[in-house]
Amino acid sequence: MEPHPTAPPAAQNPTEDFLIHARGLVKRFGDFTAVDGIDVDVRRGEAFGFLGPNGAGKSSTMRMIGCVSPPTSGVLEILGLDPRRDGPRIRARLGVCPQLDNLDIELTARENLTTYARFFGIGRREARRRADELLEFVQLAERADSKVEPLSGGMKRRLTIARAMVNQPEVVLLDEPTTGLDPQARHLVWERLFRLKQQGVTLVLTTHYMDEAEQLCDRLVVMDGGRIVAEGSPRELIERYSTREVVELRFNADDQRAYAEKLDGIGERLEVLPDRVLLYVDDGDEATAEVHRRSLSPASVLARRSSLEDVFLHLTGRTLVD
Amino acid sequence: MVTLVLPRLISFEGMSRRAASVTERNLSTLRSAYWVVLVSGFLEPVLYLFSIGVGVGALIGDIRLPSGEVVGYAEFVAPAMLAAAAMTGALSETTFNFFGKMKFVRLYEGILATPVRPIEIALGELAWAMVRGLIYSVAFVVIMVLLDLTTAARALAMLPATLLIGIAFGALGMAVSTIIRSWQDFDLIAAGQFALFLFSGTFVPPTGYPAVLRWLVEVTPLYRSVDLVRALSTGTTGWLQALDVAYLLALAALGLTVAGRRMERQLCK
Amino acid sequence: MTAMLSVLEFHLVNYRRTWRSSALTTLVMPLLVMLGFGVGVGAYVEGGVGGVPYLDWIVPGLIASTALQAAVGEATWPVFSYFEWLKVYFAQAAAPLRVADILGGHLAFMLFRIVLSAAVFLAVAAAFGTLHSWWAPLTLVVALLVGLAVAAPTVAYAASVSSDSYLIILMRFAVLPMSLFSGVFFPIGSLPELLRWVAYVFPLWHGVELSRDAILGTSPGLLGLVHVACLLAWCAAGCLLAHVRFRRRLVI
Repeated sequence: MEPHPTAPPAAQNPTEDFLIHARGLVKRFGDFTAVDGIDVDVRRGEAFGFLGPNGAGKSSTMRMIGCVSPPTSGVLEILGLDPRRDGPRIRARLGVCPQLDNLDIELTARENLTTYARFFGIGRREARRRADELLEFVQLAERADSKVEPLSGGMKRRLTIARAMVNQPEVVLLDEPTTGLDPQARHLVWERLFRLKQQGVTLVLTTHYMDEAEQLCDRLVVMDGGRIVAEGSPRELIERYSTREVVELRFNADDQRAYAEKLDGIGERLEVLPDRVLLYVDDGDEATAEVHRRSLSPASVLARRSSLEDVFLHLTGRTLVD
Repeated sequence: MVTLVLPRLISFEGMSRRAASVTERNLSTLRSAYWVVLVSGFLEPVLYLFSIGVGVGALIGDIRLPSGEVVGYAEFVAPAMLAAAAMTGALSETTFNFFGKMKFVRLYEGILATPVRPIEIALGELAWAMVRGLIYSVAFVVIMVLLDLTTAARALAMLPATLLIGIAFGALGMAVSTIIRSWQDFDLIAAGQFALFLFSGTFVPPTGYPAVLRWLVEVTPLYRSVDLVRALSTGTTGWLQALDVAYLLALAALGLTVAGRRMERQLCK
Repeated sequence: MTAMLSVLEFHLVNYRRTWRSSALTTLVMPLLVMLGFGVGVGAYVEGGVGGVPYLDWIVPGLIASTALQAAVGEATWPVFSYFEWLKVYFAQAAAPLRVADILGGHLAFMLFRIVLSAAVFLAVAAAFGTLHSWWAPLTLVVALLVGLAVAAPTVAYAASVSSDSYLIILMRFAVLPMSLFSGVFFPIGSLPELLRWVAYVFPLWHGVELSRDAILGTSPGLLGLVHVACLLAWCAAGCLLAHVRFRRRLVI
């Protein structure tokens, strides 16, 4: 893949410091409010994530940023332009990888890329050159002449990512890029996305996987019920809303709550889930020792580092993946 | 990119270029078997011409046009089959196929993430339907001239008329496709299309129908199309044909407006 | 036999859900043809055909043609999709059914649909007063013969093709020419010699002739036996071919 045109020509417009700039952004469908007044700023070159459970308003936000869904109210500027007026001009500089692959099933892998390039007004020869280069990049060169249907889920997703890159976009929007993929395919997608980030492409992604957010995002917002409930880097969020370590305890009982009282005083905080109890502590080993000192005998004990899952649990009282 | 600097000046050019890229996409989907399906579409009206026009025509003899002129039955049926072919060619792309692309394979969702706009998709699909319709029309007028059912000069004059018919029906088809909900509705569309094919002054002049029915037939788009093509084919054009042209232009404009709006509403919500 | 009946029952249960949408094509379309060609064009055919009014002359042909349309309708897309899209046949093959049961049950259902369409048309024709003989109900038997003669080979074809484009090709190059040039709309005597022989070979013309004899009350004579033999030959060859194709797809 050729070096991507990373450095922008000196911003023509002061708001171009933020490639995406939203204030009080709202999206309603009839009575239902999908996005309820969010503020977002995405800088050039960063990987920005929207983390939240299904129905949090992530995809609606992405569709507004992709200029295919007009905001109900609020300010939205993308690349310094107004999506309501300049949709086609903005989309010319975006790459979009939707949640559900909408590849052209009547065409081969390569034709999917060349045809798509034509929608951007890219010349035939150049389209062909970029298609081959991108197929190489997403490791599908051998399947270039295969139709879409026989490709595996991971291959289709990689092809969709390649398609999103065909216009050499300044920003790539990825809506749940690895949902539904097996672990091996996920890692391959992550690895390719990381490569793009290194090339200076701005990535905006949604996910409900905390490990994905931790792996890929420089900065993220946590969304719940159409609102932003927290913002920062993964590390900052964990420091702010969680402890250094977590001890997960499972007791042989129908109701884990019965044990909650007996754990009182260990660590900063405690969460009771239907199947286990989480202790938020600074030192996991020390806390585990204390549990045993109180002669409680959990069926299993796991001490681990804090993750975004814990941040989300703390902020909303719910887990990310139900 | 120039389009970023001079959007106002060349936005129309961008529009036709983007619509053309949608047409081009359809061209690249042609595979062996579908090629045969596409090209052989011209066969249907030809078969009807020989069966009804020539075969049944032998039992009928001559027929009197509303203008008073007397022509052979095949001469009477042939232009109607040409108009019907233009209709069928346009509708086959803009109903079943269009509906599938919009609702079933979500093709347009992918295209709309690019600078292409809904109205440009509609125009691109319409242009594609035109290409298909034109293939049928050219093949059919060649047969008409070979059978001595019209003259070469009149045949040339009929081609633009068939293009207009195709645009009108194509736009109508797309508008209908944005309104219907399920595949089952296509049975209704097919029945309606077949009724138009049978009763739009195609095989007999509607002069024999009861007054109300006749009035109803005369406002259908296929009747106006048949009237236009038949007048051109038999060299009996007059003011009525100007009305036909205006009618078809209005239908095309209406269909495109509805299709563009409804696509925008359904795809960009 | 009970196994085959269970397959037939499956199709009938399915039909209970979808009969409304298919009623349109089985009832309305033939009626439109009768009005458009029989009444409309017929008004311009002076003296009718061989002394019979044009409408009365084409009605028997249209009944045979309706059987053809119903047979093709049931034997193309449904069969193709049961193999390619819905995989219904494969699900049935996983049950203790023989290939003959799966195929026979579906063909039996097709015959049911065919005779139903023909019966509806016959009733409409009676209402129009176009039936001339008490032998007219025999057209339903003719419809069954034509139906199977067309459905069986079509099933074999639909079970063999790789894309539904080939079904459209069949409609265009075989079904439509057959319905237009088999003596339904005009006597095949006016066809060029070569095309007449093509009409002799394909099943529809034989059905049209038998059906016309039954409704107009004319005796087919020995030629009637030839018609029946031809139709039976198509049925037998078609069933055999369909069975071979089904075996190849379902028994691996």
